Amino acid sequence: MLDWLKQPWPWYVAGPLIGLTVPTLLLIGNKRFGISSSLRHICAACLPAKIPYFHYDWKKEVWNLFFVLGIFLGGVIAIQLLANPNPVEVSSALAAELKTYGISNFDGLIPTEIFNWSTLLQPKGLMLMVLGGFLVGFGTRYAGGCTSGHAITGLSNLQWPSLVATICFMVGGFIMANLILPLILSL
Amino acid sequence: MSTQVPENDAEIRKQDSICTNETQLKHPSWYNLKYLLVGILFGTVFVKAEIISWFRIQEMFRLQSFHMYGVIGSAVLVGVISVLLIKKFKIKTIYGEPVQFDNTAFNKGQIYGGLLFGFGWAITGACPGPLFAQIGTGATVTIVTLLSAIAGTWFYGLVRNQLPH
Repeated sequence: MLDWLKQPWPWYVAGPLIGLTVPTLLLIGNKRFGISSSLRHICAACLPAKIPYFHYDWKKEVWNLFFVLGIFLGGVIAIQLLANPNPVEVSSALAAELKTYGISNFDGLIPTEIFNWSTLLQPKGLMLMVLGGFLVGFGTRYAGGCTSGHAITGLSNLQWPSLVATICFMVGGFIMANLILPLILSL
Repeated sequence: MSTQVPENDAEIRKQDSICTNETQLKHPSWYNLKYLLVGILFGTVFVKAEIISWFRIQEMFRLQSFHMYGVIGSAVLVGVISVLLIKKFKIKTIYGEPVQFDNTAFNKGQIYGGLLFGFGWAITGACPGPLFAQIGTGATVTIVTLLSAIAGTWFYGLVRNQLPH
């Protein structure tokens, strides 16, 4: 059993479990499953400045911060107790492409050759971590939600604007991964 | 803090389409631990199904693997069925409150913001949830990505009125 849990879980186990988060949060307290809002609550709690968008009672949304703290702890538990002993399996086409950028270490969930503290101050690292993170935070708030809020919760409630947002997430991702990211990785 | 709360508090929070959790119930703050527990289970699934893996996200956007499509597709399917059942049978919360559903209004932000988030997702290999889980797995440098995402959110708040919506 433990050996099985340590293997990467297949999509047909993980997907339904993630889908069940929607009714779980609704039924234990009328909460809508969404994660990027937590970033807004952090802004409202720590640095609202004079920006009206951050002047609201963030304590009413504090459940969301407990939720993301839980996600962090879930990461700790999964890696400490249920770590996969084998390297991440990567499709041969991707592996071949990444090799041309000097990425050949597939031991972890993220490529440590480009995501580490020493690449952070190089142009490549700045683009990947600082610019990438900024786009995640800015884009999700501008769109009013992320993969959880729009693609999962919004679609579960058959909201067509969430479908528009989800399609745009995917279009943006396809453009970046295929056309722009190769240039960044070649830096 | 509560003295600073404007009268239109709920309205400001509603600017966020999914951020309108009004409940009349008052609970002690330790009740929030149940959300911590759901988060722990959820974060574990994130890691074990490699949804937080930069490699899986690259494969998704290059159509080199079905994995992420299977995860998101089956999650949505289960979500749709769950919401239909809650609506059809008028299932109440564990505190007996009716479950509220809000409609999402369309605005252009879903297009522009959606595209920008798509760029960020493909670069970092992470949406906001996986950022927290990645840090938990020991990828400490992701703290920088998370701080930058918070900065991006703050910047959005700053320039919100100048952006097309």
